Amino acid sequence: MSDATGVIHDIGYQRYTGPRLGRRQVFGALYLHGVRTVFGLGRSAKAKIFPWLVVSVVTVVAAGVTAVRSQIGEVVMTYAQFADAMSWLVIFFAAVAAPELVSRDLRSGVLPLYFSRPLPRGDYALSKLLALVTALWLLLGGPQLVMFLGAAFTTNRGVRGVWDELLDLLPGLLYAGLWAVVFASIALLVASLTGKRAFAAGGIVAVFLMTTPVVGVLSILPSATVNELAFLASPPTLVGGVGTWALGDALTQGQGGGMPIGDFGPVYAAVAVLLVAGCVSLLLLRYRKVAAR
Amino acid sequence: MTLLATESLTKTYGGRVTALADLTVSVEPGIIGLVGANGAGKSTLIKILLGLLPPTSGRVQVLGLDPTTDPAAVRARVGYMPEHDALPPDLSAAELVTHLGRISGLPRTVARERASEALRHVGLHEERHRAVGGYSTGMKQRVKLAQALVHDPDLLLLDEPTNGLDPAGRDAMLALIHRIGTEFGISVVVCSHLLGEVERICDTLVAIDGGRLLRADRVSAMTTATDVLAVEVSEGTEELAARLAALDLPVTRDGRLLLVPLADDATYDQILGAVAELDLPLHRLDQRRHRVAELFAAREPSHV
Repeated sequence: MSDATGVIHDIGYQRYTGPRLGRRQVFGALYLHGVRTVFGLGRSAKAKIFPWLVVSVVTVVAAGVTAVRSQIGEVVMTYAQFADAMSWLVIFFAAVAAPELVSRDLRSGVLPLYFSRPLPRGDYALSKLLALVTALWLLLGGPQLVMFLGAAFTTNRGVRGVWDELLDLLPGLLYAGLWAVVFASIALLVASLTGKRAFAAGGIVAVFLMTTPVVGVLSILPSATVNELAFLASPPTLVGGVGTWALGDALTQGQGGGMPIGDFGPVYAAVAVLLVAGCVSLLLLRYRKVAAR
Repeated sequence: MTLLATESLTKTYGGRVTALADLTVSVEPGIIGLVGANGAGKSTLIKILLGLLPPTSGRVQVLGLDPTTDPAAVRARVGYMPEHDALPPDLSAAELVTHLGRISGLPRTVARERASEALRHVGLHEERHRAVGGYSTGMKQRVKLAQALVHDPDLLLLDEPTNGLDPAGRDAMLALIHRIGTEFGISVVVCSHLLGEVERICDTLVAIDGGRLLRADRVSAMTTATDVLAVEVSEGTEELAARLAALDLPVTRDGRLLLVPLADDATYDQILGAVAELDLPLHRLDQRRHRVAELFAAREPSHV
């Protein structure tokens, strides 16, 4: 080449003939973007403060529990109980993360840019939901992993001890998954209704806060059946009820038998499934409407 | 190849509000101006073309595809620039356009490359790494155009691209759209309520009003047929008008001007001959292109 002096040529517009990815990869890209958004990755320093504050709190608690256990040799909290103990932190985390995921997009009007692309409108909502579920599950599951590692390295029963510990961990992780699914679907549905992040966060906390007194009232009514079904009325106690039924000891150990749900365990499970299914359907309906606007 | 085609396309909202009524139009690739007043049905038409709204009845084709049955295939080949604000303020233009490129199915590295290319083509350089919230209206419009361009579409749908721009910004945006339509080889549909603006850059105009088609034709076809000669003489306008009328030229008065439809080159000679015979001081004689706006106005015997 004779031209070595570094002249920049305008090569004009280039057509693109390379590969175009399919629906799965696009869904994956949007999902990963969502998970990163929740933890403030790729965003301003301000957006990172709250998520990482919560992450550090749950990690410190988990480390503390592990330390106490290794010192006095007593299980302060089972893995599943850890999720219960952190429930309020999870609620606040979801109340900040869900508006971050969907309300911001509603507010800025960026949705037409998404929906004018090949992405089916349901995929947008589902990828955001999956991102929030993942984030909440990581928030609860990560510290459990810390507890597990602590216990596994300090066990004095060798491989057998590690194996037992693992069998304890798995229900804990499943239970964390239940928390994540229930909380994420409620929080995302509420957040998708408004473009104002403060309103959305308030709304999410309100759903969890306002339903708690209902449980209180129902559980002191003079009817054993109503009392045993009372915990259906609020999402956190609903999840607790399902856990009490499904996990038994792993959750209720040292708590005097856990929640008095009687024989209604399957009802709790069914209601939880219906609640999640209802929230997801409403979320999809909501985005059908938004997309056509 | 037909770029867009609709057949008796009708859209009513809730059975009462009619946005589009029996719209049948077919346009070839190029730069197409879609003009009409606010509420004429332009945005509804665009949403149907994108497959975001189902039509109430009638058929529609975009690039030979049917957006009602295969919206994803249509949207993969179409870029859309919405009318309203559509940019999250805390992202940089480069991040946003890259992200949207990936949503269009570009692989990660390709999306990044094409995003900076698209932003360069619309004239955003170093500032593309700053947060969009601090951009001027003109820069935001350019980002919206760049995101429509990032996945190399075959058709761009631009909804009021000059909205909110100052005159210089309008000219720059129109020049850019013209360049995309001619040099990039991408067909463009420009929606606007300002006819004078789009007629400068379009080769086809589609005018709709109240959801009905007023007229759709190539701009050249609209203007050539109706060119007129404007004659101005310093004095004796009446005599000249009488003389031209005697020559069987359908002359009309427009203030101090006489307007004569240009049939062929002989019309020039006839007029010059008449002026010379009457020995009048000819002030000017020039060909006046009808502005397209007049073609859409109600056709009544104007300015007598």
